Amino acid sequence: MSLFLNEIGNGIFLGAFFGLVALGYSMVYGILRLINFAHGDFYMVAAFVSYTILGAVVVANSHQQWWTVAWVGLVVMIITGGLAMFANQLIYRPMRRAAILSLMIAAIGLSQVLENGVLVTPQWGATYLVYPVTTPPSGFNLGSNHYTWGQLIIVLISGLLALGVYLLVGRTLLGKAMRAVSEDRIAAVLMGINVDLVIAIVFFIGGALAGAAAVMTGVYYGQINYLMGFTVGLEAFTAAVLGGIGNIGGAVLGGLILGVVQSIGTGIFGAEWAIVVAFGALVLMLWFRPTGLLGERVARRM
Amino acid sequence: MPTEVQRRTSRVSGTRIARGVVVMAVAVVAALIPQMTQNQYYLGVAFQAEMLMCLALGLNIVVGYAGMLDLGFAAFFAIGAYTTAILSTKEHWSIIASIIPGVAVAVACALIIGFPTLRLRSDYLAVVTLGFGEIIQTIAINLNQTGGPTGIYAIPALTIGSVVVASNTGYYYVFLVLVIAFALFSTRLRHSRLGRAWLCIREDEDAAKAMGINTNHYKLYAYVFGAVVGSITGSVYAPALTAISPASFGFSESLLIVMAVAIGGLGSIWGVMFGAAVVEIFPEVFRQFAQARLLVFGVLLVILMVVRPRGLFPERAFQGVGARLRLRLLRDDAAEVPVVETMTARTADER
Repeated sequence: MSLFLNEIGNGIFLGAFFGLVALGYSMVYGILRLINFAHGDFYMVAAFVSYTILGAVVVANSHQQWWTVAWVGLVVMIITGGLAMFANQLIYRPMRRAAILSLMIAAIGLSQVLENGVLVTPQWGATYLVYPVTTPPSGFNLGSNHYTWGQLIIVLISGLLALGVYLLVGRTLLGKAMRAVSEDRIAAVLMGINVDLVIAIVFFIGGALAGAAAVMTGVYYGQINYLMGFTVGLEAFTAAVLGGIGNIGGAVLGGLILGVVQSIGTGIFGAEWAIVVAFGALVLMLWFRPTGLLGERVARRM
Repeated sequence: MPTEVQRRTSRVSGTRIARGVVVMAVAVVAALIPQMTQNQYYLGVAFQAEMLMCLALGLNIVVGYAGMLDLGFAAFFAIGAYTTAILSTKEHWSIIASIIPGVAVAVACALIIGFPTLRLRSDYLAVVTLGFGEIIQTIAINLNQTGGPTGIYAIPALTIGSVVVASNTGYYYVFLVLVIAFALFSTRLRHSRLGRAWLCIREDEDAAKAMGINTNHYKLYAYVFGAVVGSITGSVYAPALTAISPASFGFSESLLIVMAVAIGGLGSIWGVMFGAAVVEIFPEVFRQFAQARLLVFGVLLVILMVVRPRGLFPERAFQGVGARLRLRLLRDDAAEVPVVETMTARTADER
C-alpha cells in the first residue's frame, strides 16, 4: 500500500511535467491539426539554455537562488516561445498549403536538427549534464518517499500555468480567436481574425510552457540530456490523446493520469519498460475510447 | 485525327517500351557493379543501400501510396530479422523457411497496431507507430530470448538449394533480386484496384469514401503490405550481417527509411530507390563529419519539405486532375485556403 502511494506521488510530479508539454502539443494540434514532433525538442533545448544561463548567474545555496531561478525561468520561457514561433514562421507557415504528411516530415527534420544541433554544440554534447540548481532537502513525507518543498512548489507552478492557459483560451478575446481558427480557419479569416498571428501566438505559448517544464524538470531531476525531449515528447503526446487532443483540461488530466499509470507500471515491471507502459496505455485508449477521456464534444474544442 | 483515347494508348505503349529499356539497362548496370570492384567496403555499402531500398519500397506502400506516416517501420524489419535469427540459431531452421513465421508475426503486429489506429485520423498512426517501434526495440533489449542489448550472433548463412551465400557479393545479388522483386510488386500493386484505391485515399479521403471505398480496410491493407516487405527484408538482413543487435532497429533506422521515401518522392518507385541510395551513400561520403551528419540531414530534410513538399521526383499522379483542380481553386481564392480544409469540413459535418 505504501508502495502504491509512492508511485502515485511520483506519478503526479511526472504528470505535472507531461501536462505542461502536452498542453503545447495539444494547442498546436488543435489549431493546425499538426503533430509537432519538434515540440519535445523545444523542451530539451530550453533545458540546455537554462542550464547555461543558470550556470553563469547562480550562486549555489545563496538565499537569492530562488529568485534567480524564477527570472531565468521567465527568460527561458520567452526564449523557447520565441524559438517555437520562429520555427513556425520559418517552416510551418510557408508549408500551410502542403499536405499534413509533408508538414509532419518537416517537423521530424526540425526535431533532428534541434537534437543534433545540441549534440554538436560545445559544452552541451551527448553526456548527462548536472543541473546547476537543486531543491533544498527539507520537505515532507508521503508514503515512504521524501518530497521537498521545492518539488511541491514546482507542481503548484505547473498547475497555475495550466490554469492560466485555460483561462486565456476560455475567457479572453484572444482565446476566442484561437478557438475560432481551430474550428474553421476560412470562417475565421472572413471574420477578420489575423489567422497567422493567432497561430504564431499559439506556438509561442506552447513553446513557453515547454520552457517552463524544462526548467522545472531540470531542478526536479537534477540532470539533463540531449535525448530527453524525444521521450517526453512521445509521452506528452500520449497524454494529450489520453485526455482528448485539442482540449486544454484534457491535456493536463491526461498528463496526470499517464504519470500515475507510468509510475505504477514501472513500479511493477521495472524502469526499462516505461515507454512500453505509456504506449500500451495509448493503444488501449485508442481501442476503447479514441476521442480521449474528456468526451467527443468537448474534445473537439481548442 | 486520332481520338483522345487512341492518343493516350499509343503514348502509354511508347513510354512502356522506353521504360522497359531503361529498367533493363539499370538492372544490367547494377548486376555488373560487383564485377567492377573487389573492394569489400564498397560492396558492403552497396548491399546496405539495396537493403535500404527494399525497406523504402515497403514503406512507400504505406507513406507514398496510402499517404499515412509510419514512423516505426524498423519494427517490422526487426521482427523479420529477430524471427529468422532465433529460429535459425536455436531451432536450426533454414533461413528461407524462417521468412514465413517472420511475415506471420509482422502481419499479426500490423493488425494489432493498425486496426484501432486507422479507424481514426491517419496522423495518429504516426505517433502510435513511433511508439510501436520503441516498444519492439525495448522488448529486444530486455528479453533473454532476443539476446538482450548484445543481440544474436553466429546466424548461419543463407542457403538457396545447395548454394551457400556467404560473401558480400553474394548478398549483393540476393538483395538485388529482392529490390527488383519489390519494385515490380509495388508497380503492379500501384496499378491494381488496391493501388488505385490507395492513391484515391491519399489524394482525398472524403472523396474516396464517397466513391464507396472502405478507407479503413484499404489503409489497413497498405500497412500490412508494408509490414510484409519490411519483415522479408529483415529475414534476409540477419544472415547477411550474421549478427544483429537492438541498436540497428531504433527510431533512427525508421527515420532513415522515412527520409529515403520523402527525399526521393512520395509514391515514385524510382524516386524512392534514388532516395534510399542517397541516404545510405551520403553518410559514407561525409564520414569525417560523423556527428554533424544527422544535423545536416535534418536541415536538408526541412529545406526539401518547405521547397518541394512531395520530394524530389514525386509520382506523376500528384500533378494529375485532382492536384490541378486544387491549384486552380487556390489561385482563384484570394483568402488563405488552409490545408486542413477537408478536415475542418469533416469535423463540421460530424458535429
